[in-house]
Amino acid sequence: MAVVALGGVLGASARYGAGLLWPTGPTAFPWTTLVVNVVGCAVIGVFLVVITEAVAPHPLLRPFFGTGVLGGFTTFSTYAVDVRRLVDHGYAARGLGYLAATLLAALTAVWAAAALTRRVLLALRARHVRRTGHGDRRTA
Amino acid sequence: MAGAAVGAPLRYLTDRAVQARHDTVFPWGTFTVNAAGCLVLGLVTGAVTAGAASSQVQLLLGTGLCGALTTYSTFSYETLRLAEGGARFLAAANVLGSVLAGLGAVWAGTALAQALWG
Repeated sequence: MAVVALGGVLGASARYGAGLLWPTGPTAFPWTTLVVNVVGCAVIGVFLVVITEAVAPHPLLRPFFGTGVLGGFTTFSTYAVDVRRLVDHGYAARGLGYLAATLLAALTAVWAAAALTRRVLLALRARHVRRTGHGDRRTA
Repeated sequence: MAGAAVGAPLRYLTDRAVQARHDTVFPWGTFTVNAAGCLVLGLVTGAVTAGAASSQVQLLLGTGLCGALTTYSTFSYETLRLAEGGARFLAAANVLGSVLAGLGAVWAGTALAQALWG
């Protein structure tokens, strides 16, 4: 539980820091939150494929990094509130555009990151087989 | 930051509790925390707008608690897992359901804040 909390604080602090570095006004397109969410989705795509399909990690790594850091870094509530605020201020098209853009970019990011990671893992395994003449412990 | 220290473990515990009660592949745990976080953030945002809460409260409960309670990364990864596993309908239902529930919760939370403090 403590590692999830610690990870959550680190992730949320990074998101807060990104908001300070690249602030967006109340009626502006919320680029910072969009980028934070998309980056978090790409990283989780790489991370979960590696730890579920390639290496046997320390049992606390997934709660710390996946649930804690990435979960704290990305946010669904700010996303939904930003959409509402834009619509409320009369920027309905911008709000709906932001809604769709985040969704599309986030899902594409997690899919592409997972697919790319699998290809890299396959290539690494093939190289390992060529070098040693046999697969590693997990594929043998 | 104290908000995030509570929000992330709360998401972890809720996810485990909800998933333990539902024997389905549908990610009800993440769905629940995202909708709940949207409701609370709508309430907080409405309270700040009405002048009933300070920006410190917004930072603690909004950026910290709700930001860490809700997640986009797990939501997208679980959607990918459903789609890869052949459950395309469930994947689409997760996306549509999460977005509609999240937006509905934000609107409900803001309306509640206006009714309470407006």
